[in-house]
Amino acid sequence: MITRTISKRITRRRLAAGVCGLLAAMTVGLSPTPASAGEPVPGAAPKVELTLDVSGSMRARDIDGQSRMAAAKQAFNEVLDAVPKDVQLGIRTLGATYPGDDRQVGCKDTKLLYPVGPLDRTEAKTAVATLAPTGWTPIGPALQAAAEDLKGGDGQRRIVLITDGEDTCQPLDPCQVARDIAAQGIHLTVDTLGLLPDAKTRSQLSCIAEATGGTYTSVQHTNQLRDRVHQLVDRTAHRVATPVKVQGAAECASAPELKPGLYNDREKFAEHRWYRVDVKPGQELRASVSIGADRAVNNDYGVLLRASTQHGREIVRGSEAGDGRTDVVSTGLRYAKSEVASSDDAAKDAPETVCLQVSNSFAAGPSVKTEPGLPVELAVDLVDGPHNASDVASFGLGRGWWLLGALVVAGFLGGLVWGWISRWRITVWRTN
Amino acid sequence: MWSVRNVTARAVRAAGLLASAAALAFAGGVAGAGAAVADSPSPSAGASEGGDAAKGPTEAGTSFRTATPIALDQRATASASTGDYLYWVLPADTGQRVTVKAKVTLPETARHGAATWQLDVYDGLRRRQACQYGVTTKAAAKDAGTVELSCTLRTVRGWAEQWANDPLPGNYYIRLTVVGLSQEDLGQPVQTEVVASATDTGGAQAVDGKLSAPLVPGAGTASPTPQPSASAQQQAAEGAPDGGWSSGRWSDRWVWTAVGGVLAALAGVGGYRMTRGSGRPAHLPPGA
Repeated sequence: MITRTISKRITRRRLAAGVCGLLAAMTVGLSPTPASAGEPVPGAAPKVELTLDVSGSMRARDIDGQSRMAAAKQAFNEVLDAVPKDVQLGIRTLGATYPGDDRQVGCKDTKLLYPVGPLDRTEAKTAVATLAPTGWTPIGPALQAAAEDLKGGDGQRRIVLITDGEDTCQPLDPCQVARDIAAQGIHLTVDTLGLLPDAKTRSQLSCIAEATGGTYTSVQHTNQLRDRVHQLVDRTAHRVATPVKVQGAAECASAPELKPGLYNDREKFAEHRWYRVDVKPGQELRASVSIGADRAVNNDYGVLLRASTQHGREIVRGSEAGDGRTDVVSTGLRYAKSEVASSDDAAKDAPETVCLQVSNSFAAGPSVKTEPGLPVELAVDLVDGPHNASDVASFGLGRGWWLLGALVVAGFLGGLVWGWISRWRITVWRTN
Repeated sequence: MWSVRNVTARAVRAAGLLASAAALAFAGGVAGAGAAVADSPSPSAGASEGGDAAKGPTEAGTSFRTATPIALDQRATASASTGDYLYWVLPADTGQRVTVKAKVTLPETARHGAATWQLDVYDGLRRRQACQYGVTTKAAAKDAGTVELSCTLRTVRGWAEQWANDPLPGNYYIRLTVVGLSQEDLGQPVQTEVVASATDTGGAQAVDGKLSAPLVPGAGTASPTPQPSASAQQQAAEGAPDGGWSSGRWSDRWVWTAVGGVLAALAGVGGYRMTRGSGRPAHLPPGA
């Protein structure tokens, strides 16, 4: 199957080279792909903080016959051995120190066990070994503190939260805390692992994950816990483009001007925001937008991205709608500004201001908080304009049996006419 | 839709039947092309491992930005939790009709209800792409072991009007996720597997016009001045197809048109000869 496809592709290339003499195409083929130069960017070291619940309930022995705490410790030890070297890792605990009954104190009980930074494995392991299940489960405060620990730099940030129960420190809703953290625009993801598969824990942890674009895993075995934490830490090591924070305006005139790049913003339910992009003649604007559903939204939703002129004339739009469970709903558009035929150089190169409108038709029930808005990711790109088609077919070339037939008939008729003309000329010449 | 091979074979046959000269000219072209075969670049290491689809990455991304790049005919696997949104990104070039197949191996532990899985494909502008064939959404019964999904995209064309949603050369994002499940099953481990293959549709779909750059995120910014923030992953995705993006100049329409031209010339000669009878009468003395 592969070989066939490849040979087909090769055949195509060969034909190209052989028939058209386009050996250049081959050299393109030989040239290496744009190097995946993973050169470390200063200040962009990925950071991850493992946040472990050390509350009293972690004593329960229900994971492969050992206690939840023992399972977590074992998993941590193995994960710490395999942390990629450029990842800065920290460990925070919650409920590790205060065994008492005072809720006020118990709900502040979160401690940075190992600071975020280059990892000293022995030290980190020693610190983990000292942990014993003790106190409360202050998830909200722990998340806030963890976000604080991860501040600085502009690399990817991740909190891996491992817990066996729901937050015992209401009214601070950890889900709302997570959403607020995500709204700070610090590229922070919270991945949650639940050690207890009960409905409350699950809904709380999956809510936290959803609010930050993270994942929720229900853990039943030690090796599953280890593999998942390891996977999440590894993921952090992958460098990704980080968006720049921008705030769209309510109208185009006061909208921020965007250069090509990746941006993020927040948009409330059924709100629209404007951005501006300058497009020179002969350039093509490419814009994509993704709006995330980071909370419980109504079943049907949509997104609309419109490019219009400053005077409000719509040029092109991209729209998408859907229903059901989703992480984001996205759409995109292209707008190629044609060259201006003008003798005046200034007029020729004068950029056109294109207004981009991003609107969403998400809605939610009355109990759902509308602040902060839904996360918006906007990618703007400017490339050279396309070579437009003067004819639908490639270079106006033909194809198929009708073409061959038509050419043969035309050629034959041409030959006949040519023959008759030359015969007639000879006859004329002879008679003279 | 014919593959290039079929078309050329048919073209050769036709040419042979209609005019030997045309066939010769055409065969010459093919032979010349054949000579170039020997030094053609070998397909990527991943693909040449042969056998079944080559082993690809064992991870998946969780968003458009973090999508894991895969190549065509590469079998990408990922372990995930039920409820994760898994993203891969692959390059598709002009004339290719891409088929994406996904397989989800569901957890063995007792599940609480049916689960509906969905495969979505988005183009480089994050526009959802329609599937011509295939099952993109499928419900797995409570006791089902696996779910298989597939999606065959429309043929990628070299150019389209800016108002159109036609598939254009560039990156294609694959998103695999569960869209309906009972809450108790959230977070259970699953194994996923994705493989994308492409068939070449030949010149039937060859259009005029061409994008200046494929629909790849950051195409305008990344190439002239490499941005420090551009990720290694993203750059790998940009380099995408083996041997780079096609120039868009070649299609089998050149062969058809050339053969047509030769045949027309031959028919013209034939027509001309018909008007001249069978040549100079033998009884005429030379110079008369």
